[in-house]
Amino acid sequence: MDTPEGLSVRVLWAIGVIYALLIAASLIVAIMKRRGPSEATSELSRRVTSWWFMITIFTIAIVTNRIVSTVFLGLMAFLAFKEYLSLIPTRRIDRLIVLFAYLAIPVQFIFAHQDRYGLFLTFIPVWMFLFFPIAMTLAGKTEGFLRAVGTLSWGMMITVFALSHTAMLLGAGDKAGPAGGAGLLLFLVALTQFNDVAQFTWGKLFGKRKITPTVSPNKTWEGFLGGLATTAVVAALAGPFLTPLSMPWAGLAGAMIAVSGFFGDVTISAFKRDLGVKDSGGLIPGHGGILDRVDSLIYAAPVFYHAMHFFVFSGRIS
Amino acid sequence: MSRYLRIAFFAIIVRPILLIVLGMNVRGREHLPKTGPAIIVANHNSHLDTLTLLALFPLRDLPRLRPVAAADYFLSNKLLAWFALNIIGILPLERGGVKKNPLADLEAALDRGEILILFPEGSRGEPEQRADFKRGVAFLARARPQTPVHPVFIHGLGKALPKGSAILVPFNCDVIAGAPFQWQGKAPEFMEALETQMTMLAGQGQFQPWD
Repeated sequence: MDTPEGLSVRVLWAIGVIYALLIAASLIVAIMKRRGPSEATSELSRRVTSWWFMITIFTIAIVTNRIVSTVFLGLMAFLAFKEYLSLIPTRRIDRLIVLFAYLAIPVQFIFAHQDRYGLFLTFIPVWMFLFFPIAMTLAGKTEGFLRAVGTLSWGMMITVFALSHTAMLLGAGDKAGPAGGAGLLLFLVALTQFNDVAQFTWGKLFGKRKITPTVSPNKTWEGFLGGLATTAVVAALAGPFLTPLSMPWAGLAGAMIAVSGFFGDVTISAFKRDLGVKDSGGLIPGHGGILDRVDSLIYAAPVFYHAMHFFVFSGRIS
Repeated sequence: MSRYLRIAFFAIIVRPILLIVLGMNVRGREHLPKTGPAIIVANHNSHLDTLTLLALFPLRDLPRLRPVAAADYFLSNKLLAWFALNIIGILPLERGGVKKNPLADLEAALDRGEILILFPEGSRGEPEQRADFKRGVAFLARARPQTPVHPVFIHGLGKALPKGSAILVPFNCDVIAGAPFQWQGKAPEFMEALETQMTMLAGQGQFQPWD
């Protein structure tokens, strides 16, 4: 069996808390909508409705079993990669190479599922990285070569490779702590998304000083620091329950998730701004595309996984 | 029987593929016709164009939706003809002036309250490049001047399955529907209005080159 110890009841408790927060958010938005109906409040309401769907799908994916969880995470990476490829300029001659890039997704997630750390780390950054340019060279068209190989490799890294770290967390086994790999995954994903909402809310309430006016004018120092502090506190409280981390280390992990999540968010904003699009797609009402939703996770997942691997799974801190 | 096969084909095969393997971003869905008769006019890049347009409507509307397709291509062999006529539900169009009024079947379909799907480029052509619209659509609009004409711009399916390829590569597609308009009295003006509409719809997206 994949999870001999079964799903930890701690994961179910944490999901219960998330649903309680969701109900609270729905009530607050419903009251806001009744007091002052506007385009902004109905947008907020669409967002909360989408949160219900996303959290429910994610819940089903992580409580069923590890295979379902990994397939779900792979599907998320596929949708993100497809959205990326559909937005960027591509060359007709590269169609088959793009198909091979898609086929690398199941391979990468199988390596993650089998917890093959070495293959997981080298498959995309080494092997696919070397494969794309030679395949394009043999196809024979040099016009636009650098752009094609650069954008395909970067897209594969930022979507598939980065997001596949979520699936690696599930394979941490007995080092994963009291709530298992699913607990670590829930800790990472819930805090990343919570941090997005916290930074958004602090920014809306107190935002003044812009951090990156040319890239993402809505991001302010007040929002960033308020979100960072809130996420660190929530992480310190949730960490000992869901992860092997003690309270201070869990708080630090939360701060790390907040900072890296912010970096992911603004990086995808820069990418979209370069292409002249506001949203990466229309998959999730009120949110945009899948890249708009997982942008923070693109940075937070590798940073959190590798920090856990180096410091915690190795026993350097406990 | 084929009616149920058609619904099953769309519910079990076409829609899941469009949802997961392809993925659609639809804009202006409210402009699509809710009842027939109506004429949908779209640009053409891929066999997937027809399936995508059919999938935009609820399954119960399927019997009324009739993609107009070239008889010489789709009726060329028995198996393809059966599939095209019964599952896709095409209305075959004779190309090259064989009949006295080549549009007679189309006019009859409109009189039955059906929704015609037309690709006036005539062929899928070079993927993701628009070709000039042929004027047959103007003659049809003239014959049934009360029928609303709905312009729809499609982008991305030519990348997923271009003419000449049998391998589907996943790409998201964009479908942008515009407000309907009617026959105004002159064919050149009608064609010009149609071209302007399509260019305007295409301009609503930020589409990168595919070369």
